[in-house]
Amino acid sequence: MNVLEVDDLKKHYPIHGGMLRREVGRVRAVDGVSFSIAAGETLALVGESGCGKTTVSRCILRALTPTSGAIRFDAGDGTVDLATMPKRAMRPLRRHIQMIFQDPYSSLNPRMMVGDIIAEPLKVNGVPAAERNARVLELLDLVQMPAVARTRFPHAFSGGQRQRIGIARALALNPRLVVADEPVSALDVSVQAQIINLLLDLQDRLKLSMLFVAHDLSVVRHVSDRVAVMYVGRIVEIAPTDELYRSPRHPYTETLLAAVPAPDPLRRGRQMKASGEVADPAKPPPGCAFHPRCPYVQDRCRTDRPELAEVAPGRWTSCHRAREIELAGVA
Amino acid sequence: MAERTSLAVRDLAVHFEMEQGTVRALEGVSFDLHAGRTLGIVGESGCGKSVTARSILRILDRPGRIVGGRILLDPGAPGETDLIAMNAESERMRGIRGGRIGLIFQEPMTALSVHYTVGNQIIEAVRQHSDLSKAAARDRAIELLREVGIPRPELRVEAYPFQLSGGLRQRVGIAMALAGDPDILIADEPTTALDVTTQAQVLDLLRRLQQEKGIALMLITHDMGVIAEMCDEVAVMYLGRVVEYAPVLELFTTPRHPYTRALLRAVPSILATPRQRLATIGGAVPHPGARPAGCAFHPRCADFMPGRCDVGAPPPLAPGHAGASCFLEVPA
Ligand SMILES: Nc1ncnc2c1ncn2[C@@H]1O[C@H](COP(=O)(O)OP(=O)(O)O)[C@@H](O)[C@H]1O
Ligand SMILES: Nc1ncnc2c1ncn2[C@@H]1O[C@H](COP(=O)(O)OP(=O)(O)O)[C@@H](O)[C@H]1O
Ligand code: SF4
Ligand code: SF4
Ligand SMILES: [Mg+2]
Ligand SMILES: [Mg+2]
Repeated sequence: MNVLEVDDLKKHYPIHGGMLRREVGRVRAVDGVSFSIAAGETLALVGESGCGKTTVSRCILRALTPTSGAIRFDAGDGTVDLATMPKRAMRPLRRHIQMIFQDPYSSLNPRMMVGDIIAEPLKVNGVPAAERNARVLELLDLVQMPAVARTRFPHAFSGGQRQRIGIARALALNPRLVVADEPVSALDVSVQAQIINLLLDLQDRLKLSMLFVAHDLSVVRHVSDRVAVMYVGRIVEIAPTDELYRSPRHPYTETLLAAVPAPDPLRRGRQMKASGEVADPAKPPPGCAFHPRCPYVQDRCRTDRPELAEVAPGRWTSCHRAREIELAGVA
Repeated sequence: MAERTSLAVRDLAVHFEMEQGTVRALEGVSFDLHAGRTLGIVGESGCGKSVTARSILRILDRPGRIVGGRILLDPGAPGETDLIAMNAESERMRGIRGGRIGLIFQEPMTALSVHYTVGNQIIEAVRQHSDLSKAAARDRAIELLREVGIPRPELRVEAYPFQLSGGLRQRVGIAMALAGDPDILIADEPTTALDVTTQAQVLDLLRRLQQEKGIALMLITHDMGVIAEMCDEVAVMYLGRVVEYAPVLELFTTPRHPYTRALLRAVPSILATPRQRLATIGGAVPHPGARPAGCAFHPRCADFMPGRCDVGAPPPLAPGHAGASCFLEVPA
């Protein structure tokens, strides 16, 4: 049973130029992305900055209106298409899709007490005051914060504690889907570990369905069930987490994995796989967008765009040579 | 170690006088930098990494003040100089800054101006540290851009920083740091703002430059992966002190300070098993203005010994010797 099915999602930004401010081009921020999230599953969306991760998550939340494509969401009482839904009709659905933010400093209102911050979504959805208080206590307990936190203001808390408060607020209405955009990237190692463990606990206890957007491949290996790798607005590979790391099927995934420095001096000096830089989504290279950097490039890669295809059960990749090249993963 | 010691930091102490009281950002930091070697400085935010770097270059932000210690350039050599004894704005200190010691920032725009071309800024820096003519300095700037791996440097020399990607800008930042041909390089989180593939390229570049030029490199990072990849020796900092110093392999295989041990277990790994939990350190790093008594790590330490760790501070490390500043290392 899928909670979310994203189908050929596109988000293009027009580029205006000249005297008449006519459209002279488009930033293809998201350019035909498809994936699904099963109930209770955490799917990670990874890739380097500018590849379109945040744009995808903002389309799902309908903070952005997609250019085209479908975002089918199981709202419990039927499936709806978030991509085409009028913004007003979104309102009753918002409670089902909640967000965990990257920056625990700017995402909490400094003038509200923590209890009110967590209770706000309950209040907006008409939960009576007595019930709200009980629920706030339950939520604080869930994120391992003391009950007294209720009557304090955000500034009294460290970054990690604020992130817990943000998580409590996101979970207040038992959302069917949680979208977390880089939820641990702003935290120091010792605090990051606490939040990663908390997310693992919550996944177990609440069977959360989550889209986990991140650029840190180490964090992703700990928390996700499956991983989708993006490059210049498109998904180049989707696979169960462990399989993706052990035996990537797309050259870009191999490049990414090889570039992460492992915390082990004995594994030093893995070779650099790809040279060059990430392509500009306003003028993506023809054919396979990764071809200017790909060590396995052949002629057809420069002209024919590879489509995402299933090369083994559950393993999707968009590479012409996926079946003939042997790629290295990390054990 | 046969390598020449390029810089010796001894008992460096830095205070910030704030309205709320004195913040003791550094409390007696000591270490050596050797030609051709890389010292990693690692620790969580606020532990004093950047303040250490800026103190060495004498560009500490107000109201920061060096209140003790020595920073010896060419220690033991006839020309030994204590940078702390010098006027930060003196001609000589300006010459050392950039000429002997280069600095690479996390955000290269800290060192670059938006108003001038990349070329003009590097030419300016080259001329500040040499008597090359303008034309010769321009050639040198192009050579530097080539050295740091910027494609078509004859063209890029005319570019403004905003016309370059983050990765290219950091390469320009490195070229700037190299303009005065320094033999000591301090890199403060040089790849933290970069993506992994760009980070790998920049780390590669730093390693190559260091080997070619025999530079003494001080690499500041909060990333244990970067430490493992790049460093020869490592100093682990916590709340303004070096709590452990060790050759890199020793640090990872037999960490001695409880903080190092906890930190290493808390690092997410690219080699993790599915849904692998991390060991955590309780609580959070306290503000340096509210430094715990005794060993500053004691409220979070798994090996805390009441009556000992919360009473006195463990003895600081002797510079250059592997070990931990911890009562576990001292017979009771
Ligand atoms: N409002 C906008 N107008 C034009 N381009 C945009 C806009 N927002 C984002 N982009 C571009 O879309 C691409 C994807 O951005 P984003 O989704 O934020 O990437 P990520 O989250 O993966 O770093 C980037 O190239 C970015 O510059
Ligand atoms: N400009 C400043 N004003 C006041 N305090 C400062 C300033 N810069 C640094 N500090 C203090 O010094 C401590 C160490 O800072 P820093 O060296 O920047 O840490 P990091 O290890 O993250 O680089 C901080 O926790 C802060 O208390
Ligand atoms: S399609 Fe060609 S260029 Fe693209 S990843 Fe595969 S081999 Fe490389
Ligand atoms: S001195 Fe005591 S509290 Fe400090 S690190 Fe050592 S054992 Fe822990
Ligand atoms: Mg983003
Ligand atoms: Mg810093």
